[in-house]
Amino acid sequence: MTARRRHPAARYLVILLGLVLVGFGYALVTGIGEASAAPGSALQGQIAQGRAIFLQECSSCHGIYAQGVPGLAPSLIGVGSAAVDFQVSTGRMPAREPAAENPRKPVQLTTRQIHALAAYIASLGGGPAIPSAAQVSQSGAHVALGQALFVTDCAQCHNFQGAGGALTYGKFAPALTASTPTQIYEAMLTGPEAMPVFNNTTITPQQKRDIIAYVVQTRNEPNPGGFSLGRVGPVTEGLVAFLGMLLFMVFAALWITARHGKTHE
Amino acid sequence: MSDSPAGPWPGDDQTARNGAADEAPRRVIGTPPPGVSLLGDPATYTPAAPPRELPADPDDLPGAKRAERVVAACFLIATVAGLAFLVAYFAFPVHSLVGVQRSNLALGLSTALVFLGLAAGTTIWVRRLMPDVELTEGRKPLRSSEEDRAAFEQTFNEGADASQFVKRPLLRRTLIAAAVPATLAPIVLLRDLGPLPRKDLTFTVWRPGLRLLKADANTPVTPGSFSSPGGMITVVPDGYQENFDALAKAAVIIIRFAPGQVEYTNEDHPVPGKVVANWTVDNIVAYSKICTHVGCPAALYEQTTHHILCPCHQSTFDATRGAKVIFGPATRPLPQLPMTVDAQGFLVARHDFTEPVGPSYWERP
Repeated sequence: MTARRRHPAARYLVILLGLVLVGFGYALVTGIGEASAAPGSALQGQIAQGRAIFLQECSSCHGIYAQGVPGLAPSLIGVGSAAVDFQVSTGRMPAREPAAENPRKPVQLTTRQIHALAAYIASLGGGPAIPSAAQVSQSGAHVALGQALFVTDCAQCHNFQGAGGALTYGKFAPALTASTPTQIYEAMLTGPEAMPVFNNTTITPQQKRDIIAYVVQTRNEPNPGGFSLGRVGPVTEGLVAFLGMLLFMVFAALWITARHGKTHE
Repeated sequence: MSDSPAGPWPGDDQTARNGAADEAPRRVIGTPPPGVSLLGDPATYTPAAPPRELPADPDDLPGAKRAERVVAACFLIATVAGLAFLVAYFAFPVHSLVGVQRSNLALGLSTALVFLGLAAGTTIWVRRLMPDVELTEGRKPLRSSEEDRAAFEQTFNEGADASQFVKRPLLRRTLIAAAVPATLAPIVLLRDLGPLPRKDLTFTVWRPGLRLLKADANTPVTPGSFSSPGGMITVVPDGYQENFDALAKAAVIIIRFAPGQVEYTNEDHPVPGKVVANWTVDNIVAYSKICTHVGCPAALYEQTTHHILCPCHQSTFDATRGAKVIFGPATRPLPQLPMTVDAQGFLVARHDFTEPVGPSYWERP
């Protein structure tokens, strides 16, 4: 037993056990909080829970009243639940640090917590709502029209296969390979970060579904592989191999023509 | 034929030839018979043996032996790869995309190995086994001898005379006449490179009252529908949706700004680096989509910084300040399209651009 206690892995095991216990304890406590913080209607409870999450996770940058902090974080009043759902469900928010572009990260809140947060932000000043499952359904969507719209309105930044691309001063348009239909809809509706807004009168809900159907469809196309430049195949490796072989051939040519050994006069 | 007891030539049968071989010493075809010297009588002629120019053997004989084995190995690799090519051609089916890829890989690899083996083998052969000696060889004079030149001149003149080309001017002139148009024809075809653009580069198809249609949806735009600040769409002139020659110059992006974001100026006294106020509608500004650098579609719009970025060479324009260039190789701002609304409330062009769109050109005013 003593020998086992002195085993180098033992201390890690103890730390892991402690972490697991704390985690379960926290979940238990917050679970109780959820249940007890429902004074009236379900919506009221959801908003209260969302406010609690907001104060804990978001208010350090966005301000206690979500009014925003100049130079640090924008006001969230009127951005709507769609913007909250997009930012938090893609893991972009809560942000790790202020950066030119917040990258997609593992999600840090549960779907229930995200919806509570979204309800709270929506209660501050309306804004676009989270689309329903029917609004992002691809059944009956027109993929070809979606492609035409995507090429016109989206491809200049996101690449014609949704592989993403660079913008100015460290910003970039992300790849759409991991985006869910709901997130694509929300992004068009709210224009997260540098992305332009495509409201429902500019790109109609039906056209949004067409675009989503196209983006989803591209994922099922055969991929020639390689370091993907938007499914153009192993072009980058080819370039590196081409340049490397070119260098090799130059040295080979030098070697072949170089004088060598003793010359016969 | 082979069963015939006699050979193809009568009397030249097997026994006779064998008998001859037994009697006479072996002699290689093409060499003089033994005892006869082509150089004459050895008693009177003493050949001065010229010094050997090339060594018969490399200096390093053991090294040469090793090199020989390496070269042989290279050639064997090429042989095996060549056989592999033949096998792969038949072994890999090409009835699917993946099959074609595999077949291409096998054929390409084996071909590469064939040439690599041959190239490496011959290179090592030349470098390690053949002598590395510089030889110089004198060159004969380029000018022909006087007799040859005189003979040629005579032949030529005789030929010219006999051909009647000199004697019959009718034939000569008609032949020349026939050649002239045939020679001119390809030069005339160069006209197809034209016509000259003349005023085409100066103007676009935008004219007063022409509606702005959202590209691909082909729907007219109202300030009310294009209402969200931060919105940006591509629009095309109504009636020219499929006219790519026209669109190459007339494509336009419209951007909706929040109140107070845009720096405005007056049409009568325009200030560079500002947006002409009465060419906009409800903080909607229209700019040419054609980059002023080399004409790429510049439509990477960032609603936070209001930058319009051209993806080709990273020219960056500030949309709130009249699309002024703030980075990159472009030298002129994107021209602003004058806009207004028509009686039905749709966005229309007030008139054409007041300056040429797209990259600079020689005759640009």
